[in-house]
Amino acid sequence: MSAGGRLENANPVIFQRSGERLLTASDEDEDVHDRIDDREIFDLIRSINDPEHPLSLEELNVVEQVRVKVNDAESSVGVEFTPTIPHCSMATLIGLSIKVKLLRSLPDRFKIDVQITPGTHASEEAVNKQLADKERVAAALENSSLLEVVNQCLTTRSI
Amino acid sequence: MMAADGALLLSLVEEFVSGLQDSKAKDTAAGVRNGQFTVLQLVEALGLSLTSSQPHTRARGVQLLSEVLHECYGNLTEREVEVLIAFYENRLKDHYVITPSVLQGLRALTKCAALPPGSAVSMLRSLFQDVHVQSLMLMERSCVYNMLINLMETREAELKGLGADFVFGFVQSMDGERDPRNLLLAFQIAKNIVHRGYDLGKFTEELFEVTSCYFPIDFSPPPNDPHGITKEELIETLRAVLTGTPKFAEFLLPLIIEKLDSDVQSAKLDSLQTLTACVSQYEHKDLAEFLEGLWTSLRREVFQTSSERIESAGLAAVTALTSCLSRSVLNSDSEDSLSTFLDLVLKDCKHHLCEPDLKLVWPSAKLLQAACSASSRASHATTAAVMPSLIEQYSSRTQCSHRRTLLEVVLRFIQSVKTSQSSENEESVFSAFRQSLCGMVFSALSETNASLQITATSMLTSLAQQTGLLLDSDVELAVDHLTRLLLTEEDDRVSLAVVDCAGALAELHPTVFITKLIPRLKKEMFSEPMDEGDNRAASGQPSHHAMRQRCLSALAAVSTRPGVVRESTPVLLEVLGSVHAGSAAFSVEEVVSACHSLRRIAEQVQDTEEMGRCFHEVVIPRLISLALQAALQGEGSSGRRSPLVEEVVLSAVVSVISTSCARLQPMLAGQTASRAVSLFLDDDVSFLPDNSFPSQIQLLKKQQGDSWSRSQMVCLLMGCVCSLPRSVEVPQIDQLMSQLEELSCTCSHPLSYNSAAKCFSGLVNKRPQGDSLDSLVQTMMKRVCRELDSSSSPVRTQALTLMIWVSKALLLRYHPLSTALTDKLFSLLDDTDLGAAAADGFSLLMSDSSDVLNRGCHADVRIMYRQRFFSENSAKLVQGFNAAPQEKKSNYLKALSNIVNKLPKQVQITELPALLSLLLEALSCPDQGVQLSTLSCLEPVLVDPPPALIQQLEALVSRLLALTSSPTMSVKIASMRCIHAISRFPEHEILPFRARVLRALARPLDDRKRLVRSEAVQARGEWFLVGSPGGR
Repeated sequence: MSAGGRLENANPVIFQRSGERLLTASDEDEDVHDRIDDREIFDLIRSINDPEHPLSLEELNVVEQVRVKVNDAESSVGVEFTPTIPHCSMATLIGLSIKVKLLRSLPDRFKIDVQITPGTHASEEAVNKQLADKERVAAALENSSLLEVVNQCLTTRSI
Repeated sequence: MMAADGALLLSLVEEFVSGLQDSKAKDTAAGVRNGQFTVLQLVEALGLSLTSSQPHTRARGVQLLSEVLHECYGNLTEREVEVLIAFYENRLKDHYVITPSVLQGLRALTKCAALPPGSAVSMLRSLFQDVHVQSLMLMERSCVYNMLINLMETREAELKGLGADFVFGFVQSMDGERDPRNLLLAFQIAKNIVHRGYDLGKFTEELFEVTSCYFPIDFSPPPNDPHGITKEELIETLRAVLTGTPKFAEFLLPLIIEKLDSDVQSAKLDSLQTLTACVSQYEHKDLAEFLEGLWTSLRREVFQTSSERIESAGLAAVTALTSCLSRSVLNSDSEDSLSTFLDLVLKDCKHHLCEPDLKLVWPSAKLLQAACSASSRASHATTAAVMPSLIEQYSSRTQCSHRRTLLEVVLRFIQSVKTSQSSENEESVFSAFRQSLCGMVFSALSETNASLQITATSMLTSLAQQTGLLLDSDVELAVDHLTRLLLTEEDDRVSLAVVDCAGALAELHPTVFITKLIPRLKKEMFSEPMDEGDNRAASGQPSHHAMRQRCLSALAAVSTRPGVVRESTPVLLEVLGSVHAGSAAFSVEEVVSACHSLRRIAEQVQDTEEMGRCFHEVVIPRLISLALQAALQGEGSSGRRSPLVEEVVLSAVVSVISTSCARLQPMLAGQTASRAVSLFLDDDVSFLPDNSFPSQIQLLKKQQGDSWSRSQMVCLLMGCVCSLPRSVEVPQIDQLMSQLEELSCTCSHPLSYNSAAKCFSGLVNKRPQGDSLDSLVQTMMKRVCRELDSSSSPVRTQALTLMIWVSKALLLRYHPLSTALTDKLFSLLDDTDLGAAAADGFSLLMSDSSDVLNRGCHADVRIMYRQRFFSENSAKLVQGFNAAPQEKKSNYLKALSNIVNKLPKQVQITELPALLSLLLEALSCPDQGVQLSTLSCLEPVLVDPPPALIQQLEALVSRLLALTSSPTMSVKIASMRCIHAISRFPEHEILPFRARVLRALARPLDDRKRLVRSEAVQARGEWFLVGSPGGR
């Protein structure tokens, strides 16, 4: 994947992590129905590891809460992510990781749409097309070396 | 020697040497030890075997002698030793099959006290000359190392006489050693050589090479770890060798620089720690030529760090290096290597502090601070170079996040210096920047940005702790700022920081707090919320309440000095007084907070006589008096009820009383207790202020009707008498006990009978062992059993309550009578009405109670009473469970989970196999309380599952999965945590469950509650990784 061990973006800008979501009284109230909201989806994907840095997608600002849209009633989720540099060869892999994380974490009624933030990547269209194609995503996950990298991105880091 | 003994010896020798019966060596040794024959006679008897032409026979002969010596080396005379050594030295030249036994014999001789002078040297000379250690087997090599260790302990002077030959011999012996057990021994020897000043001569480099080739240690013990050698042990001993002498510096430092380049994290870490350890021995001249290389590596490790451990090890190394350079004495001709080094650091780091995007500001700042904290000289040099530009930037930057970063950096500099300054009167390193620093703090405090304000409060604290940085006028200004923030700032994090800061400053500058802060807070607290009736009142109310809460906690925080306490406690008491009188509208919650503040003051204030008097003569009497007035007033009329009769307020008052009785001045506490006793028994109100009480109060007597407001006052009595140190005696104890028993068995008001039972048990726990205690308990027991055994008694609950509390009191102190009481409790699990309450009683028995019978109250609490109770009673529980009718089983499960839940994890794990089927049963018990407590005791066990659990995996997983669709969210969450934990079991055990778990966890992903969904997401995510490439 990465070209001979050389990092493509060796010195990325690091962003602060948002804290844990604050617990409210209604979260603990059995009678309140908590709708799935943007923050909840963002919390699912913000801790995904970057494939080449020991940092999370949130710390690299690849994912942001404003670029997450969810509609619980209509069962749809849209996520846009921003590669750190326009020629990043990891873009597909990052998109795939986000997609897989959401597939594993959301009820199957949801339609999941993962795209590159418009105008932030050289081969935006090609990547978007790959990520939207169910068959290609499924085929990619049959590839055990690809699955290995995705799983590593999704492993919770122990500090 | 008797002829019979002679024959015996000969036959023993014969049987050992030719008969190959190894056990005969022991018999021979026993004979020598008890004087049947001497070593000399043994040698004579061995004569033929030792001169045999067969090497194997000779070997066998020597082996017998060596084994006997191994047992009897203590009894040898010097002459015998001399002969034996000469013999053994000679045998070293013999056939190789004999060598192991020879070495064994020599090792035994090295332990002799009677070793003749010179023999150590001659032994070693022959050893080094005739034996090639590394071609020996493992055991024999270890024998050689042990010989060296023994001789180094007893014959140090002689060995040193060998000069560098000794070192050379050792180097040759250990060169190529591979077994970790032997390496530990060899490192031990090398460490002795280095630390005890043996002459290394021209073999310094050889000794370094032969040990450093193992650095950094890479060793993982075999799976079943038969020898118990750890990587850490090897690392520690090798490090002691390498860092032991400055003579190694020229070899070690390049090696460290090289190993820091490694990709292996543990190698980096080991190198950094070794560097930190070695420079403590070095001088600047040892370091001089490597400084630049070391700095480059250290800088890289901190700038490009991937782990916090490596970063902090790197920073520690920078500090150690700097302090080594600061320590060294300079010659007139040598350059100042400290300033050379600091120049390097400053050159590489300082400019990052000024970059516009502040990208590498943290690693640079940390490096500079690490150097800064090393010594006074280093801190002067660094701060002089760095502070002006930081201060300048702070004022020129406009973005809050940048200013905050800069403020944090400055704060860390101040804190880093704090640790290194020893003498108090010395002027602070920061004196030159005093004004600008104060300016920064005050401007930051006036900002609206919360994190800026929080950082500013910590900085204020740090400035105050350095000598001479805050002038009196600054302190006044600071107090103004803090007061303003307390009164207006709504952000919880900010007010928490402000309260902490106020506490720290009040410790150093109490006067300003007494004259300014306290009066102002008092005034604001007692003011009514503005514009009542106005439509703003609705929104104004919560903020006024929050302001009062902040003021109350600030009053507690600042009260550490007696002067401040004298001013703050009256304000807090006035809150209670005015709310009782109805003159100020404080909510119940605020009154409780006022009590918490009083308790906090009692906890943190110094235990001086003055403070003791303040509490025992002012605070406690006033509290009791207010509570009593409220109680008497409450029962008379139907009108307004004082908030002071509320249970929450009373328990808060009790906690103030019991904390001060437990902590402050035992003598005065004793007085308080005896006054309380005479108040409750004899209606003696003379010590209370505002004394306008009726003459007949009779607090412990059963009141007419349902007048509980008087009877519940017994909780105050508990506060006064149950937390006294055990040395203080309570007067009129017998009468007191009998009235408490009466009240607790007859009263129908829960708080009253509960408090009476607690008070009774608190006193029982501290009564001295003996007949009077036994008969007290037996009388009580008889009464309680009478009530419990009569199913029509109206006070069975009361009797049960008293019994549980007294069993706890006795159980804690290992009193033998506790068993009778707890057995009664077990038998009640079958009771139709009280079964559930009895099961809950076990939770009370096993947990710490907050107001009585804990160590804070000086109760007699033996260690591990829970384990003891559990091990004595678990069998009873299991039996009872099996015998109980179906509808009563859940009581047993509840009792079990209450007990197991409170056991330390270590005990849970060892006891679990026996109880596993019961716990699994408990998981399918419909009672949610049982489900929850079972889950919570299972979860920690699952982190390190015992084999018994793995065998029951099928049952466990099915039950847990069933619980994920429980109607209660807490059960769902707890069960999914357990499922999550199971994902870390050995993969081959859990793989068969993967598909099932993933399917079952799909449902809670769509739960109504977010907390449930989030547990499901985490557990499911981990289970996806099970058995998948790239997973664990």
